[in-house]
Amino acid sequence: MSINLEQVGRIARLAHIEISPTEAAQTNQLLNGILGLIEQLQSVDTTGIAPMAHAQDVAQRLREDGVTEKDQRESFQAVAPETEAGLYLVPRVIE
Amino acid sequence: MQRGTQWEVVIGLETHAQLRTSSKIFSGASTAFGAAPNVQACAVDLALPGVLPVLNKAAVECAIRFGLALGAEIAPRSVFARKNYFYPDLPKGYQISQFELPVVKGGTLTMLVASGKSGESAYEKTVHLTRAHLEEDAGKSLHEDFHGKTGIDLNRAGTPLLEIVTEPDMRSAAEAVAYAKALHALVRWIGICDGNMQEGSFRCDANVSVRRLGAPLGTRREIKNLNSFRFLQQAIDYEIKWQIETIEDGGSIHQATVLFDPATGATRAMRSKEDAQDYRYFPDPDLLPLEIAPAWISAVRANMPELPAEMRLRFERDYGLSAYDAVALTASRETAQYYEDCVAAAGKGSSKTCANWVMGDLSARLNKENLEIAAAPVSPGQLAGIVQRIADNTISNKIGKDVFDALWNGDGPDADAIIAAKGLKQITDSGAIEKLIDEVLAANPKSVEEFRAGKEKAFNALVGQAMKATKGKANPQQVNELLRKKLAG
Repeated sequence: MSINLEQVGRIARLAHIEISPTEAAQTNQLLNGILGLIEQLQSVDTTGIAPMAHAQDVAQRLREDGVTEKDQRESFQAVAPETEAGLYLVPRVIE
Repeated sequence: MQRGTQWEVVIGLETHAQLRTSSKIFSGASTAFGAAPNVQACAVDLALPGVLPVLNKAAVECAIRFGLALGAEIAPRSVFARKNYFYPDLPKGYQISQFELPVVKGGTLTMLVASGKSGESAYEKTVHLTRAHLEEDAGKSLHEDFHGKTGIDLNRAGTPLLEIVTEPDMRSAAEAVAYAKALHALVRWIGICDGNMQEGSFRCDANVSVRRLGAPLGTRREIKNLNSFRFLQQAIDYEIKWQIETIEDGGSIHQATVLFDPATGATRAMRSKEDAQDYRYFPDPDLLPLEIAPAWISAVRANMPELPAEMRLRFERDYGLSAYDAVALTASRETAQYYEDCVAAAGKGSSKTCANWVMGDLSARLNKENLEIAAAPVSPGQLAGIVQRIADNTISNKIGKDVFDALWNGDGPDADAIIAAKGLKQITDSGAIEKLIDEVLAANPKSVEEFRAGKEKAFNALVGQAMKATKGKANPQQVNELLRKKLAG
């Protein structure tokens, strides 16, 4: 299993990442390397084994409903690149 | 292509119901509406490094309640998955949702649909559910100008949602709206969602396609984010018309996501299938599978209220109401409670009269003053008092309305007090009425003459005069009888 340059371009678009042709070629190689590992994993015979959703075969622990978090906006926004009127500012996005 | 062939419309709905929990689905931040931006967005909601989601038990319980209400299967084991897409109001770069193994599978919802044609009564429709799954909401993007930037408020990020997906069972906009209304009533009834559509607590996406009768399913287009029943109706009607016209004009439908513009009443394509998102779902390694033991389901079941469908049948059976009345009176738990309290006070014999008052004068007045039934100034007991005095002929139905208004305005503690204070008691003493009629006849010789000449209209005029003379306090039927007797004699 491998992917081509065109597919790398599509993934970059979905991820909203700008990549140069050189980077695309490098990324293509790296991704194909990972896909090779996955191919190896997939060669294991799993007939008759129920798929697991998690590596640990235990169930989710649940939390009682209750507000335990207090407002920490000030400290969170102190490390944000840009804020205004309590909002995080990001480059303009309109779909 | 040939015009005028029979078209069939196929609609499926996806509804996002915001669950009524006090904290978020995976964090302990508050879900209260209307807070200042980002004061309810904690480290987990912001996706800061090193945080882990922990599932809210109350959100799961909401899903169980929902599944039980629809007779659906509650999955003993379900799995959370990551739905990957990039948007600034989704800081993790993925939404935690459920994909292959949702918490609720199947189930049905049955409702009455008005036929829309005069003379045809409403019909019963059953919609099958595909699934309902738990997921988190995203934040909000504010596109007003912040020096060419977008503002992000993450208070809503992580708010628990139940996404409810139907089979493509609906065949008209009317059916889709009837389903959405029934679902809206149900989620409020079982207390899992406040149903506030203005605040976005209940919003619908509609998948619409058309086909010639008997043909395979057509290509569907999905109308996103409809937050009122009126928009749902308008958007689907527009979309159906557009799709049929496009095909009849020789075009074809391409799968797409569309938005409805309330200002123009039209839908427009947002993105086509070619550039559709590839969500790359996979099980979230941060969350273990959710297990729901039978004991938990039983405990939830034991605390379920009587459901609207059951209550509707009981109202028809026990109170002798029509299906229409029973549906109206079970529109909400509060309405049903008011009605039952009223009947309990007035007596079962007056169940139909109580229904008429609740659906008639009371509901009209509540609408006019924009009040919820729980805030009605006339209590069920007070209304029952009016019903009883009409039943025992103390007052006429018409005077009953005056007593209702007086109670509404707080003029007295109960119907009896108002009847006594305002002297509204019906005159039943036939001697007194006869005396008034004699006066009316003496004062209106022309009408008497016309009646004797065969003009029935003149009789009505005399009844009117007589009722006026009694200030509406006489029993109209009694006045009628006595007047006829006098005129004949």
